Order: sequence, then structure tokens, then C-alpha cells
Amino acid sequence: MAQTVLHKANTRGVADHGWLKSYQSFSFAGYYNPERINFGALRVLNDDIVTGGMGFGEHPHDNMEIISIPLEGNLQHKDSMGNTATIKAGEIQVMSAGTGIYHSEYNADPENPAKFLQIWLFPNKRNVTPRYDQILLNGNDVKDEFVQILSPNEDDAGVWIYQDAWFNMAKFNAGINKTYTLNKEGNGVYIFVLKGEVEVNGEKLETRDGLGIWETASFEVKADTDAEFLLMEVPMKF
Amino acid sequence: MKKVEILVVGTNKPIMQTIARLVNENERWLAVIANNYAEACSLCDDRELGLVLIGAGLDEREEMELKRHVSATRPELPIVKHYGGGSGLLFAEIYQAIG
Repeated sequence: MAQTVLHKANTRGVADHGWLKSYQSFSFAGYYNPERINFGALRVLNDDIVTGGMGFGEHPHDNMEIISIPLEGNLQHKDSMGNTATIKAGEIQVMSAGTGIYHSEYNADPENPAKFLQIWLFPNKRNVTPRYDQILLNGNDVKDEFVQILSPNEDDAGVWIYQDAWFNMAKFNAGINKTYTLNKEGNGVYIFVLKGEVEVNGEKLETRDGLGIWETASFEVKADTDAEFLLMEVPMKF
Repeated sequence: MKKVEILVVGTNKPIMQTIARLVNENERWLAVIANNYAEACSLCDDRELGLVLIGAGLDEREEMELKRHVSATRPELPIVKHYGGGSGLLFAEIYQAIG
């Protein structure tokens, strides 16, 4: 029988640094909740709003898969591998930190805020050579389907990472009901609602709610309103 | 107040320094750096450590050997992995390990 864990939006950690407002689904920085460290290999899900022209100065990571999904605005990326790039809504950025990287992320717009999801996954391989990639997502206009944006496979849709994880973005019209079938036994899925209201396994989710579901091969997602959501399938044991 | 000594192990020196700085921001903790497997084993033997944080750079065999060494000599000493230090992620892992 499927197991679930519900994280209502208003129970997330909140950090307000003036230039950054961050809503944290799992323990991060000053937010520590021993009940919310990770969901399987998913360690960080931050819903960040960065003031115009401000951002994260250069800082290091190692042995972590770091995915950024801009929701509004632009982010200016620089890293120790020599990459300089701007990412915007409709794109996805991935870094495999491996043996260690330094990077900075700034809101490229001096006036308007940038909103983005910052997602970290534990890798299935340590000490890899650091890598960076960003792509424009296909299927941004697709409705009522799960659109894959990340996988473990270099030749598959979306970006790839060092983990047996699959991410799908979905934009459903009200009333649409679809079955999500997991790619790998032993994985679970964390559903994060970006807009609207959906039902998963009988649980009603509203905007920015998160639901983890595991010990199941598939489950149904029903949109109660027009809705957008992200499904993150990750190993529960890693 | 005696500080909890935390051994930070890894081969990327700038990252080690960042980790140490973040650890030392907590007045109850004191970071001790080991830049390789041999140093880590030596410091585990010589210091009254409260935690070992393993970062990038040790190969799988060295990680296993370090865990085996600690298990044999200081079985109560927790070992956890860390992931850079650009954020407070590190703190949750430390709290989980030593409370």
C-alpha cells in the first residue's frame, strides 16, 4: 500500500534575508526540522525569491546534484569551470558538484524579482568531474501530459544527473486525471504544486503544498483546478 | 565550555576552509581539518573528536578504510558526509549526528 507524507505550504521553513526570501520544504540553513531532512535522495527543495540585482555570491559545493528551475525572471550564473550563462523561465540548469565547484547566481534583472526552485539531490556516484548544463525545455506549452525534464540518461529528454531520478513538469486543465507510473522500483515521488489544486491518492494539495508518495508502482493525479506541478521521482534508498 | 571538535576531511583545500569557517561560526564547535586519509586517521587517534565530516576527494577505498579505522578505535564517533558548505545544509547534517 502506498505511503504518503504531506507538507503543507505554510509548514515550510522560511528565511527572509531582505534580498532573498526562501521557503524551504526540507531543513536548510537556519531551518532545522529533524522530521524534514530529506525525501529519499531529495535533500533540498527551496522556493526562492531574489530581489532585483541581488543574489548568491560565490560559494562551494561538492558531491551534490544541484538543479535550478526559474519560474519568473532571469538568473546570471558563473562558476569555477568557466561557465557564464543566464537562465530564464522555461529553462532548467543542472550542476554535478562532484569533486567541488564554486558558483554564484544573481538576479540578472536590476529591478524585478527572480523566482526559482533550487533542488539538491544526493548523487549515486561520488567525486565525479564537476559538470554544468542548461537547456531550454521542450513542451513548455504542452497541456494535460507529464513532460520529462530530467533523467539519469544522457540521451533522454531533459537534463541528466548522477542519480536514478526522473522529473516531470505538468500543466493540467481542471478535471484532467492522469496516472503516473514510476520508472524504477524502490523509487518514490515528491509532488510540488506550483499553481492550483490537485488530488493525489486522495490527498488534496494546494499551491506550494508538497506530497511524498512511495511503496507504489503508480498513482493518479487529478487537477481540481487548472494546475501546474512538478513531480520528482527519486530513489528512497541510495 | 569545552567545544565539540569536528574533523573535516577532504582534499579540496578552499572548500575545507569554507567548511571550517562555517563550523566555527557555532561557538560550541571547533573545526579540525584533515586534507587526506593519513591525516584523518592520525587526528582521529590523537584528538577528542565529536564528529567526522567526510567531503570530496577521498576515494571509496579510503572512505571505507577511514570508517573501519574509526569503528575499530572510536566506535562511538559518528561519521557523516558533507556537501560543500555554501549553505546551512551542513548544519542539519551535524545536528543529526551530534544533536
